[in-house]
Amino acid sequence: MSCNKELKTVAPDVNWKDITKGGNIPWAGNAELFKTGDWRSMKPIWLEEKCKQCLLCYPVCPDTSILVNAEGKRVDFDFDHCKGCGVCVKVCPFKAIDFVEEK
Amino acid sequence: MAIRERLSGNEAMAVAMKQINPDVVAAFPITPSTEVPQYFSTFVANGQVDTEFVPVESEHSAMSACIGAQAAGGRAMTATSANGLALMWECLYIAACSRLPIVLACVNRTLSGPLNIHNDHSDSMGARDSGWIQIYSENCQEAYDNMLMANRIGEHPDVLLPVMVCQDGFITSHAIENLDLVEDDKVKAFVGEYNPEEYLLNRENPIAVGPLDHFTHCFEHKRQQAQAMMDAKKVVIEVSAEFEKLTGRSYGLFEEYNAEGAEACVVVLNSTAGTAKYVADQYKAQGKKVAVFKPRLYRPFPVDEIAEVLAKYKAIAIMDKAESFNAAGGPLFTDFTSALYAKGVFGPKVINYIYGLGGRDVKTDDIEVVFNKTLEIAATGKVDTVFNYLGVRE
Amino acid sequence: MAYNLKEAAKKPERLTGGHRMCAGCGAPVVVRQILRALKPEDHAVIGSATGCLEVSTFLYPYTAWKDSFIHNAFENSAANVSGAEAAYVAMKKRGKVKGETKFIAFGGDGGTYDIGLQSLSGAMERGHDMVYVCYDNGAYMNTGIQRSSATPKYADTTTSPAGKVIPGKLQWRKDLTGIMASHNLPYVCQTAAIGNMKDLYEKSEKALYTKGAAFMNVLAPCPRGWIYNTPDLMELNKLAVETCFWPLYEIIDGKYIVNYKPKNKLPVADFLKKQGRFKHIFKAGNEFMIEEIQAEVDKRWNELLRLAGEEA
Repeated sequence: MSCNKELKTVAPDVNWKDITKGGNIPWAGNAELFKTGDWRSMKPIWLEEKCKQCLLCYPVCPDTSILVNAEGKRVDFDFDHCKGCGVCVKVCPFKAIDFVEEK
Repeated sequence: MAIRERLSGNEAMAVAMKQINPDVVAAFPITPSTEVPQYFSTFVANGQVDTEFVPVESEHSAMSACIGAQAAGGRAMTATSANGLALMWECLYIAACSRLPIVLACVNRTLSGPLNIHNDHSDSMGARDSGWIQIYSENCQEAYDNMLMANRIGEHPDVLLPVMVCQDGFITSHAIENLDLVEDDKVKAFVGEYNPEEYLLNRENPIAVGPLDHFTHCFEHKRQQAQAMMDAKKVVIEVSAEFEKLTGRSYGLFEEYNAEGAEACVVVLNSTAGTAKYVADQYKAQGKKVAVFKPRLYRPFPVDEIAEVLAKYKAIAIMDKAESFNAAGGPLFTDFTSALYAKGVFGPKVINYIYGLGGRDVKTDDIEVVFNKTLEIAATGKVDTVFNYLGVRE
Repeated sequence: MAYNLKEAAKKPERLTGGHRMCAGCGAPVVVRQILRALKPEDHAVIGSATGCLEVSTFLYPYTAWKDSFIHNAFENSAANVSGAEAAYVAMKKRGKVKGETKFIAFGGDGGTYDIGLQSLSGAMERGHDMVYVCYDNGAYMNTGIQRSSATPKYADTTTSPAGKVIPGKLQWRKDLTGIMASHNLPYVCQTAAIGNMKDLYEKSEKALYTKGAAFMNVLAPCPRGWIYNTPDLMELNKLAVETCFWPLYEIIDGKYIVNYKPKNKLPVADFLKKQGRFKHIFKAGNEFMIEEIQAEVDKRWNELLRLAGEEA
């Protein structure tokens, strides 16, 4: 595997003949494939029962890890990418996000 | 039928750009290349092209805008000289590594300091390893022709590298010569459309250009870029052959003049090659044979062909219109001697002349000094000084 | 259409997770909201100066940008994007591109206030149809928190360290928004990511959809450089605004509009004391530093009100 169109990435051992030209990446948004969840030392916990769906949390996430579904409701965290910064925890007016140590 | 015109070297380059009608020209004035964007902006103002002319606030921004324009999917061109080229430096490398076939008209001028507006080659010589293809031009006709070929060379899928077409500031840039222009429609057909595989403005397939590229992949990108430079040589030959079919004007990797039977050879770039050819003719009439070797394609440097052609000479003088300040000769000298050595050519005695710095005039008398010394070495096999200065007051 | 947090949530995310900005960084929050103001059907060509944002969002082989993205160098984000915009104009004339494409150039304060100021000034003066966004975190954070001309006075940075003799940076911040206002652009604004993001969103929309060159200066706190706990990001944004350290205003065709006047303007110390970079100015004997900063903030705020034709 070198530059895999289906997987939208470049293999770590790609050779110079197969590597993308000029360092271009033709797969916009493929950073989603890179997991930053293991950066966490603290973890936000969404308390669905306390959540009023005010949506003040989704735009403050630096890591696009609070996703909103088609009905306009926030869903659980994307823990593949959440770095555990806790910005959402602090903005929640309803204490609907707990912040615990990552185990 | 070709069009007979009287144009200066700058105007010839600008006319070539007009006929190419690129998407974007971004340029900043600097003597002696200023006329190129001047002429070009007049073409824009008069509706002779539909190019977007971007009158940037510096050469750094000129090259930056060209990079943005070319990456966006357009054809981008610029022109500059000396300090302007130096200010672009950082972006020259970025254009090349991003594999963007921008075309730059380089009107050679002495690079500061001291400040000097006249011709030598210290500007483009400094950029010789920036990843740009470099093509040198002896006169206005060659400057025009090389500009017409530049896009084809740079945009070839095996190449995708930026191209710098050089001519001598003032000496040819401001000298009016008779030249043959190619008809607009023929230029259009020859240069063709630019259809990049990937580009920023392709909304169906957005791309990212210019990554932070760590040690995991950077080396592979550089190796790939090096291959493109190696592959550019054959493309230059192919495009030049096609151009010859169109115009009858023949261009190779270099020009060897008056070679037959000569044991002495002088290597010299751009306009001074014209002076050297004139002196070679005079010497020939007197029964003295000195060949003139004029490089055309300097980057990539055609090592094999140069070594093969120069192997037959007993003495070679390499003339450099740039000082390298390395106590080891000028850039051409270093490249030529290393080519000869690398290819196992040990026969010719090779000396170096640094000449014409800061626009110091080079007359036939000066060329005769070089010819006489080269003939003497060819006859005796003895070299007294390898590194020489020509035309400086001792 | 008036801004609605819930409606805005339905618009596509154009910056993905998986970028390598620090946890709690203020910049991606700003970027996400600006991109949200794009019409979903519009394509964008986005440039960034070398800096945290660029090295973290396009680290080969991963791009976090769903639109086309280009990085060139540190000082030329504006010129670079201006070239792309020029190509768009040319190619559109020639029928080679279809649909609407918007052009956005990002730069940090180092790449904007300092090394990229010339490139920015040139691109704005030429009137390209593009938006330049400075995400101002007040220092060269990417290289390790060196002072810039956006760094506030007395801030402790690695090249203006608070030492025994010199108490941090000795100069006031450059007024970049004012400099850009002097370019007589159709749209200039200063904003921050606060509350439900209304201010930032609406200004982004205006900047993006005002024909011509637009400039946005957006505060982007940096937990590493400012030294605060990551969950405090939004509180710092708010305090910057409530103390008038970072007023929210816009200049539309030369007319100044102050978008928010705090009813109860908080002392600037409330903003400063949350940040480790100002720790030294809260030591006994250094009260004059806080007073000086307060006087400067008041002076600039009053000047802004005067420009907007408002009473202090």
